[in-house]
This record gives sequence, C-alpha cells and structure tokens, in this order.
Amino acid sequence: MRHLICGLEVHAELKTNSKMFCGCKNDPFGASQPNIYTCPVCLGLPGALPVANKKAIEWTIKLGLALNCKINLFSKFDRKHYFYPDLPKAYQISQYDLPFCENGFVETSEGRVRIRRIHLEEDTGKLLHKTIDGNKVSLIDFNRSSVPLIEIVTEPDIHTASQAKEYAKKLRQILRYLDIANCDMEQGGMRLEANLSLANTPDVLPKYKVEVKNINSFRFMEQAIAYEVIRQTELLDKNQTPAQETRGWDMQKQVTYSQRVKEEAEDYRYFPDPDLPPIEFTQTQIEIMRKLLPELPDVIARRWEHDFNLDPKNSAYFLETQSGAQWADAVFADAKRNKVEPNDVANLIINKKVTVDQTTPVTEVIEKILAATRTDQLDPNLVKEAINSIKNEFPTEWQRYQAGDKKLLGFFIGQLKKKINQPLDPKQIIELLNK
Amino acid sequence: MTKKPISLNTVTIKQALTGLQAKDFSLAEIYEATDQIVAKQNKDLNVYLATNEKASVEARKVAESPLAGLPIAVKDNFGTIGLPTTAASLVLDGYQSQYESTVTTKLLEAGGVIYGKTNMDAWAHGSSTETSQYGRTLNPRNTQHLPGGSSGGSAAAVAADMCLGALGSETAGSIRQPAAWCGVVGLKPTYGRCSRYGVVAMASSTDSPGPIGKTVEDTAILLNAIAGHDPYDSTTSQEAVPDFTSFLDKSIKGMKIGVLYHDLPGLDEIWPHFDAATKVLSDLGALVEPVKAFDPHHAIGVYTIVQRAEVSSNLGRYDGIRFGNDRSHFGDEAKRRIMLGTFTLSSGYSDQYYLRAQKVRTLFINDFEKLLKKYDALISLTSPGYAKKIGASEGAAMFGELEDLLLEPSSISGLPGISVPCYRDPNTNLYLGLNIMTPKWQEGRAIQIADAYEKATTWNSWRQP
Repeated sequence: MRHLICGLEVHAELKTNSKMFCGCKNDPFGASQPNIYTCPVCLGLPGALPVANKKAIEWTIKLGLALNCKINLFSKFDRKHYFYPDLPKAYQISQYDLPFCENGFVETSEGRVRIRRIHLEEDTGKLLHKTIDGNKVSLIDFNRSSVPLIEIVTEPDIHTASQAKEYAKKLRQILRYLDIANCDMEQGGMRLEANLSLANTPDVLPKYKVEVKNINSFRFMEQAIAYEVIRQTELLDKNQTPAQETRGWDMQKQVTYSQRVKEEAEDYRYFPDPDLPPIEFTQTQIEIMRKLLPELPDVIARRWEHDFNLDPKNSAYFLETQSGAQWADAVFADAKRNKVEPNDVANLIINKKVTVDQTTPVTEVIEKILAATRTDQLDPNLVKEAINSIKNEFPTEWQRYQAGDKKLLGFFIGQLKKKINQPLDPKQIIELLNK
Repeated sequence: MTKKPISLNTVTIKQALTGLQAKDFSLAEIYEATDQIVAKQNKDLNVYLATNEKASVEARKVAESPLAGLPIAVKDNFGTIGLPTTAASLVLDGYQSQYESTVTTKLLEAGGVIYGKTNMDAWAHGSSTETSQYGRTLNPRNTQHLPGGSSGGSAAAVAADMCLGALGSETAGSIRQPAAWCGVVGLKPTYGRCSRYGVVAMASSTDSPGPIGKTVEDTAILLNAIAGHDPYDSTTSQEAVPDFTSFLDKSIKGMKIGVLYHDLPGLDEIWPHFDAATKVLSDLGALVEPVKAFDPHHAIGVYTIVQRAEVSSNLGRYDGIRFGNDRSHFGDEAKRRIMLGTFTLSSGYSDQYYLRAQKVRTLFINDFEKLLKKYDALISLTSPGYAKKIGASEGAAMFGELEDLLLEPSSISGLPGISVPCYRDPNTNLYLGLNIMTPKWQEGRAIQIADAYEKATTWNSWRQP
C-alpha cells in the first residue's frame, strides 16, 4: 500500500488598485493594450526603486489571520535572482526566510492541511510568442510586471487528489470572501502547483519529489494528481525511483509530461533587498487586524448548520462574498420565520428554480420561493366552488372587483386561503377569479 | 565683492549669488567663461562625457531662483532627461533616461542648471576614474595624477573651474576621496538623506548622492537643494532637513573631536600635515584627542563582500534585451565584481560571506555609535596619501578599497562625512583632505567644523587672501 504525499503551492494575484512596488494600475487582464500600465519601476529601468504597497501587505496578513497563521512581527523582502526575459530586474522581489505569515491550517473533510507559509512577492511580465511577417518573435507585456502576488505553501499533508481539490477550492473561497483576489484561474490570476510523491509509510517523506506546475483549474489538478499516482506507482512497482522533475499537464492527452529535470536545487542567491526597509508590526496592530476580520465562511457554515439546519454542502454557494453571505443569512432567517425550510430555499436558489441573487430584497425572495413551491394546482372545481361561495358572502366587493377595482384581488385571495386552507397557486386563482 | 575676478568661472556659488544680486556681473558672463574653459580643457582632462548645449538658455529662465541658474556638473550615473546617462559604461552607451532622478529634479527646481555629465569609474566601481570605458580623467591640479573616484569627473570639474559646483555619489569614499585628491570639498550625506531614485544603482545599501564644491559653504548650499525625503525611495528618511548654511560661521569651541586611524603605517611624511590640521581645530577651541576604533581593515572585507553582492544583483538587468548593449560590453572591473558577488551570494557560501559581513557591519555601526556618544565628531585623513599617478589602478583589483580604507568604516555605517583640503604639497600641487565624520543626520555639525577649519587656514584655493 502506497501513500500519496502531496503539498500545494498556490499563487494568487491580489486585486489592489496599484501594483506591488509602484503606482501603476494593477489591471493586467483589463488592459486594452500591452505595456500601458508601466513605469521605470516595473520596467526595471536603471535607477528605479521599489516602494512597497501597504495595502498588499495588510491583505497578506489578513489572509494569514484567516488561515490561522502566526504573523511575523518582523518581516522583510528579499531578492530572488534568475534570468528570464519577463523578469526585467533579473531578480524578483519576494520573501525568503521571514515571510509575513507562517504555520496556519485549513480544515478539509479529509483532514487538516497545514499552511507552512504565506509570502508576498511581485508577478513577472508576460511573454507572447508570435509570428510577425513570417518571423517568429517573442514579445513581452509588462502590464503584469510587479502585480502583487501571494504564494501560499502547505505542508505535505494532502493525501488524495480530491483533498487537494477541496483545499484549493476552500483557499479560493477565502481569497474571494476576503475580497482580496479575483482568482481568475483561466487568466492566471490563481495558479496551482502540486509537489507529490508516493511513500510506503505515511508521514515519511520519500527521497524524490515531482512538481506538477502551471495547472489552471481544480479539475485538471485533481486529474493530474490522480494520473501521477498511477504513473509513479507503476515506476515504483518496477523498483524504479521517479525522476526529480517538473511536469506539466496535457489536458488533451490527459497525461503529465516532463518539462525540466532538476539535478539539484536552483540557486536563487537570495539576499535582503537593500531598497526596502524591513517591515515591523506590533502585536497590538495584529490584534486590531484580527478583530477587523469578517466572520469567516467555515464559521458561518457551522452557524447555519446549527441555526438553520442547513446542509453544509449547500453553504459554499452562498459564501463566495461577504455581501452574499449577509444576504443569505437574512434570507435563511426570513425563511425560518415563514416556516419554510432554509435547505429548500438553498436548493431552489442553487438549482436556479428561482432566479434571485443578492440584489433581490429579502422579502421578495420569500414571496418568489413561496410562489415557486406552490405550483401544484388545486382541483379547479374546488376553487370554483369556493369562489362562488365568497361571491355570495361579499356581493358588493365582488361587484366592485368586476367593475375593475383590482385592489380587491388581495382581499379575495385572503378569503380563499381561509376557505381552502391549502397552499394556493396565485396564477391559477387569478385565472379562475377572472373567468 | 569690489573687484571682478579675472575669470567668472572661478567664482564660488556663494560669490556668484552675491555678485549676480549686486549686478557686479551677469549670468551670461559666467556661462561665457565656463564655456571657454571647458572648450579649452575638456579634451585633455576628459571631465565631461556630455555637455548641455542649452545650459545658458535654461539658466536665463531660472535666474530668479535660489541657485540663480548657475552651472552645475552632474555625475553620469544620475538619470537626466535630455542628456545621455551612461554611468561611464559602454553597456549604456548612448542611453537616454526616460525620467529625471529625484536629486537632479530637486537641483533643477532650485534653479541649478545641469551643465554636463561627468566622467566616473564605470558603474562607480573604483576610486581612480580609470575604469571609465570613456577613458580616464586627469587631475586638474597635476595632470600626471589621477583625480580619484568614482566621482572623479565631478571633483575635477570643480577643481578646474569647469562648473560652479557638482553632484557626485558615494558608497565608500566616492565623493570624499576624489574631493581630497583634487583639492576641493566633498560632502557625503547620511545614507537616506538624499534620494537614490534615478541614480544607476551600485551598492544600494550605501549609495549616497551628495555635493562637491569649491568651499564648505557651497556644499551646504547644494545640500540644501538636494536633501530630503522622497516617496520614490523608501530608504530616504523623514528626518527634518535643517538649513545647512545656518551651521556656517559658528564657533566650534568646546566640541569634543576624536582622532581616528593615526596609527596607520607608511605615512610618516603625511602625519605632520595631518597633525597641523588637528592643531588648528584645538586652536579653535575644540578638545581633540586620539581614540581607538575598530581596525578599518575589517571594513574592507565587509565592504567588498556587501558591495559586490549588491553589484552582482543590480547589474543583472543589463542584458541588452530592452535597452543598452549586451553583456559583452561590460569592462573587466564590472565583470570581476559581478563574479565575486555572485559567488558570495551562492547557496552554501552566503552564510560564510554575506551574512557574516553584515554581522561585522553591525559591529562597526555599534562601535561608531559608542564613539559618537562620547565625541561630537571624529576625524581622520580622507585618503592615505596624495593622488596616485595615472595608471596606478591598472592591474590592482583592490585599488579602490585600499585608497578608501579610512572612509569605508563610516560609509558602511551610513554616517555623514565631509572632506576639506588640509594641505597642499608645493612641489606637486597635490592636496590632502581632512575627513570629518558626525553622527547620522548631523551633516550640519560636520559643515560647522569643516567651515571653521577652512576659514582658519589657507588651504582652500578659492579662499586665497
């Protein structure tokens, strides 16, 4: 029996207004043209200096607190050196030994996944390989250069492909919920990397590690991990050790493929960036930030389960944003007051049986829900009989209604409700009343 | 001023400001005289890599400003719009900065005019101006000798009266050492006093832009123009900027001054001149006594490791893909520094070199802190000798470090310092410099002592009676 040992590295671009180290607009996906959001700093021109974006640092700490991390009161930025045309300074400003956040965790249904660290860095530019006038060229777009990027690294606590998916989805939920990242996966706003190997004994790290990089969907990640488990098992069964390498996911062929074999750890020659003074916080500042955190999705889900008997599977849909959660909270409470099962409400909304969203006033939601749940038509004769008897009881009102006083519709529906004492289909009632 | 000087390029900034106000002479006359001397001497001295054709026109537009449109020479590592910025390296041959450095922006705002860009050691790597890929600059005091460096062009421009004042930058001696060798005044401000934004980065944790002038007073006037916090440089300080000219003409009576590094061997001919300088300070009422400080030789190790590491990182961007020429255009000195820095930052070695160097650096910082609690200022020779002969740096990889031995300890500690001429050898016409160091943010006190010293002696060639 072999055990999957897997850790995830997730990158997410923060949605601050400006970039990480300069005042340029942070909107690489919305840019109408390449290289319009650039300046000497994010182009790495001679003499340019970085100035750290405070908001991005605060947001990183906010995430760290939401993921139960310890916040380092003393942090710094370091230079990570490598050469690539999309990296204009030939180093990336990142964090090495003193990241903002360390030692947190995320709970999944298959167990706790510990967070080793969360650090803040800058994104690179983007290379575009094109053929122009018959020549193959590489173009660089620096709109993305120096966009704030957080990296969340787990311990190797993930033991199944589905757990990896659940963890990553939860992470995205929190990032979106805190309103700090859009996590648009197709455009690379959130990027997943899995480090994995198979062990004979759980918790004993094998001597090799395979890295699957640049996965841009949760499903592909699940598939890639599942594929790797089979591939590595086959190799190990033949007494071979899988190569220490970086692999990519080919979604057409549904296989991983080797991209780069790592002979030894890359040497990034990290050292503290002398352009950026260290960042210091007091414990009081951190506690204030902790107090300002909103009620988090996990906590709300537990509360909903307790207060509304809401199936935890249904919670996630309503926990994408803080405003959405607040709206859902009010909707479920209103449903409970109206003796409607919040779970039914949740199902109807999730399955799009009623078209409501957080812009819909809460009272209206319940009306729509009621309308949707009472579509079972009553025996028309029963209704007709009831209508006739009401006509006789209230002749004046009936005459006025017939004469066009539509305000009396509510009155007659009320009377019918009393008489029939069963859920009514408003459509059917109106139809029969108007006959 | 009652009498017009022979040539108006030889006036100090202060004299020019006073004379212009009194209408003793015109701005046009200053430019005419400066243009003449530059036309006559630049070819031989190789001071300017580029001159501003529109300088006198620009000057007229700002005649009413604090610096009145006076011609200022700027080291070629400051990014300037309209003039090339090469840092004296062929990698940046013809490079035009798309933006103006903060310090030159401030200079322009104060009404200074960039007269030209001065030669320097390529990338500011060196203390001779011999590593410039556009040829060495000669010392105007004696053309058989070097001007020092890396701000050699700026110091020479001042010494040769090819400008009224100049801007340089120092990581460890690059303002003060050439100032001493050229017989001018060089002020290295506290690290973080003047913005590095737009200055081609050399050693980011020590780079300090600063003024070079004919007199202490002139450096104070220039520092007033360029100092201050810059939102584009997070390492600049929010510390209040005083009026540095308010420290001029003040007594230094009762100040405690410690004398450093008086035990350096091989300087027997020089010590009497230095001792004469300390005596002047005593005569002015200061309490001068020798003190023991950390052996400056250790600073060479620290500086060499930290500076090379930062250089190797800062020069990585010069790949010739987006601007400039490719790496084959780097000179030997830059290549040596890149290789050494890359090595010391390598995994497995950075603990041994970079981290240890930073620890020793902290020891220097603590040592100075302790000394400067006891003393108002510390003094030493600026350079352990006179300007070296041309060619002296060739084949001497550690040339700069040995020449800057006495300045590196305070530089790696971020302290300010000023070098004033304290002796002229009548045979060679070469100068020695007195280096005055004060606590962080106390440039004013260094100016006060230097000004008092300058005015009590005859070594300043612009203050000849």
